Amino acid sequence: MSVLTAHTRAEIVRQRDRYPHARSAVLPSLWAVQHQLGYLSPEGMAEVAELLQLTPSEVEAVASFYSMYFDRPGGRHHVLVCINVSCALRGADEIVTHLERRLGCPSGGTTADGAFTWEHTVECLGACGGAPAMQVDHHFQENLTPERVDAILDGVRAAPAGEGPQPRPRGARGPSAPRAS
Amino acid sequence: MAEYKLLTKDFGMAGIQTLAVYERIGGYEGLRKALRSMTPDELVAEVKTSGIRGRGGAGFPTGLKWSFLPKGVHPRYLCVNADESEPGCFKDRALIDENPHQLIEGTLIAAYAIQAPIAFIYIRGEYHEQRLLLERCVEEARAAGYLGRGILGSDFSCDVIVHGGAGAYICGEETALIDSLEGFRGQPRLKPPFPAVKGLYGKPTVVNNVETLSNLPHIVLRGGAWFASVGADKSTGTRLFCCSGHINRPGTYEMQLGTPIRELLEDECRGIWKGRSLKAFQPGGGSMQVLLPEHLDLPLEMDAVQKAGSALGAGAMVFMDETTCMVDVSMRLVDFYQHESCGKCAPCREGTYFESDLMHRLEAGVLTAAELSTLTDICDNMNGKCFCPLGDTATWFVMSAYAAFRGEFEEHCGAGGCPVKRRHAEVAVA
Repeated sequence: MSVLTAHTRAEIVRQRDRYPHARSAVLPSLWAVQHQLGYLSPEGMAEVAELLQLTPSEVEAVASFYSMYFDRPGGRHHVLVCINVSCALRGADEIVTHLERRLGCPSGGTTADGAFTWEHTVECLGACGGAPAMQVDHHFQENLTPERVDAILDGVRAAPAGEGPQPRPRGARGPSAPRAS
Repeated sequence: MAEYKLLTKDFGMAGIQTLAVYERIGGYEGLRKALRSMTPDELVAEVKTSGIRGRGGAGFPTGLKWSFLPKGVHPRYLCVNADESEPGCFKDRALIDENPHQLIEGTLIAAYAIQAPIAFIYIRGEYHEQRLLLERCVEEARAAGYLGRGILGSDFSCDVIVHGGAGAYICGEETALIDSLEGFRGQPRLKPPFPAVKGLYGKPTVVNNVETLSNLPHIVLRGGAWFASVGADKSTGTRLFCCSGHINRPGTYEMQLGTPIRELLEDECRGIWKGRSLKAFQPGGGSMQVLLPEHLDLPLEMDAVQKAGSALGAGAMVFMDETTCMVDVSMRLVDFYQHESCGKCAPCREGTYFESDLMHRLEAGVLTAAELSTLTDICDNMNGKCFCPLGDTATWFVMSAYAAFRGEFEEHCGAGGCPVKRRHAEVAVA
């Protein structure tokens, strides 16, 4: 039985038909799956394989290479904090400490209410001019202070599902399993 | 000397992200001129005359790169490298956010020059909103006849596909980008064959940076000779410098090449913050060697900065004030390379692990002096011995910092914590 909606499957087919070779659609297809399920489940990846005429292991090998694909369900919102040099020079560590305390879980964890999964990353987000910076559901938030972080998180939490700043469809409401960093 | 605004002159204009506004300020006239009055060969020659060198980091002459495509072999592909992930770099994001059609126009001009039927814009996964913006702009341009079949009534056809990555710095390396675009793990390929001969889907391929391509409408409209008159001798035109760190006004500044670094720091960045002094800075991004206050009078020019032992790279400038711990900075950069190593070759995969482990223990003040002395050996076993430049560059900053701030590195050994941070914390309390 399909875990992907007709809409997601149609998006994968649309992606496949854009490229000279169907295999090029692997990454866009995995994004479509993640945007529906909130992460890449084995079943979801198997459907990508079927639609692109690849084996499930080929798709999983690609998926596991890229750091933005999640291999397990997370919170409704995803917070990604940069700790590379430019952000660190302007207080990223303070933001990390604040998030840890405020969300009550270490980097890679999910809050008890399932609202947030957060992590810090050494992968520069490309927001050094607005350091320290983070992304919340793919949306850049810059020039952070602990107070600004609180306001942003409150805003995201208060927004009805799917109406946060630049919402990312996330179906998963899974348990708060820590994810590999 | 103030900023010289060529690519950034329309930044901040209301509605610049829409085709209507872009057309009103003369948008797509460069493409029109190229298609109507220039053959592809003439276009390549014009770009050679401009002297423009790639803005992605390596600084290879763009016209020359195009001319490496074997004659008569088709199809050819153009890949736009928007995988900007170099620590300290955010100019390509600005160019997309603030003038997306300029990039699309430049992309189409390049595609015409090399006669590519498809141009792929490979944009890093973190730039999700920028990808959506580009996709919207591509559809707008398609509807207006700027891309697709028989562009502007000519016999040139080209499609543009925006392709999102998913978090992998290595995909900014051109052959890894191609692997990723083909639907594989993004690992670099052995060169030769170079992408110009055997690239995407085994076909001749050109990979150009976002900033490089954003220059093309201006080169076509105002001429290669005019472009060559801007900037310095072998560093023509302008570049966007991404300034960050301990400065009063971080941001992206477009400067004529040849301007002294000091002017960028003092006039545009408004100097070091909190009345402090500069300790060190890193030009070019996370990969490049550290420079010192004595280097501030160097011109922003690729060859001059290289002669001083570093490089302009991808145009980042990270400034660090007197309170900065160079071990901490080195540790974060080394961590970055360890995280981003693709795992293909042993010197990089293992070497970055050793580096990271060593730097963490050094910053924590639990490393012995004997262990610190192995840093040079580790780096020597990586630099020049890795499959691609990622592993090499994972050693450049840390080695240069170790050379320039040896006392500070040694001071950390057995200190039971970071002596630099401790010192500045005491000053703050006092």
